[in-house]
Amino acid sequence: MKKHWYDYLWIVSLTYLILGFFNILFAWLGLLCFFIPLIISIVGGTKGYCNRYCGRGQLFGLVGGRFGLSRKKDIPKWMKSKWFRYGFLVFFFVMFFQMLWNTYLVFAGMQGLKQVVTLLWTFKLPWHWAYHGTLLHPGVAQFAFGFYSVMLTSTVLGFVTMILFKPRSWCVYCPMGTMTQLICKARA
Amino acid sequence: MMETKIKKKRKACVNVNECVACGCCAKVCPKGAIRIWKGIAAKVDLEKCVGCGLCARECPASAIGIQEVQI
Repeated sequence: MKKHWYDYLWIVSLTYLILGFFNILFAWLGLLCFFIPLIISIVGGTKGYCNRYCGRGQLFGLVGGRFGLSRKKDIPKWMKSKWFRYGFLVFFFVMFFQMLWNTYLVFAGMQGLKQVVTLLWTFKLPWHWAYHGTLLHPGVAQFAFGFYSVMLTSTVLGFVTMILFKPRSWCVYCPMGTMTQLICKARA
Repeated sequence: MMETKIKKKRKACVNVNECVACGCCAKVCPKGAIRIWKGIAAKVDLEKCVGCGLCARECPASAIGIQEVQI
């Protein structure tokens, strides 16, 4: 099958994750993975982002499929149930707003900058080596740390389910995927 | 005398309730017989589908089955 330019977007996703190890401010770029799918679904009424441009899905497909790092078993029934998918979306939202709240506290000067990346919403990993100061407000960096935590956590979860089940198992419960599908359903 | 024959062919069938519309199936289909309809679920073009089962194997939600369909 003919390869398109967008079949290589996994390189962008991989680069994004690596950049976060060197300078946390690159984490801001991850907002593209939030806004592009939303815009495509709201304006176009399709899941074009998931279908074509999602570099993360491609990365899982490549590592789990081509490199064979996946058991290729069926995902458990409960994981593809509406309850779990919508529940995970809500949970993700709550955690996201908590992160925004922490960012606000830093912006408002009520809290100092915490140079940590929180993995799986629990484990605080020291990440000071990826922060070299900013000309902007420390709140800008706090958002970067928080957002990178979100991205790294979802990547780790995605890799775990990739290994256990099918390569792109993450797509089943990906909050962005669930949300854009809901938007498409509402539009149709 | 004309013989009436019921033709049965294997085709991909999508469980719409489980489909997450990720598009993995469309990516692997060698015939371009499966598409994501309006971002809601995958839709199979029965004319084009040859029932190879590549999409079923790829589907992360295992929402596609290969079934015998009468044509």
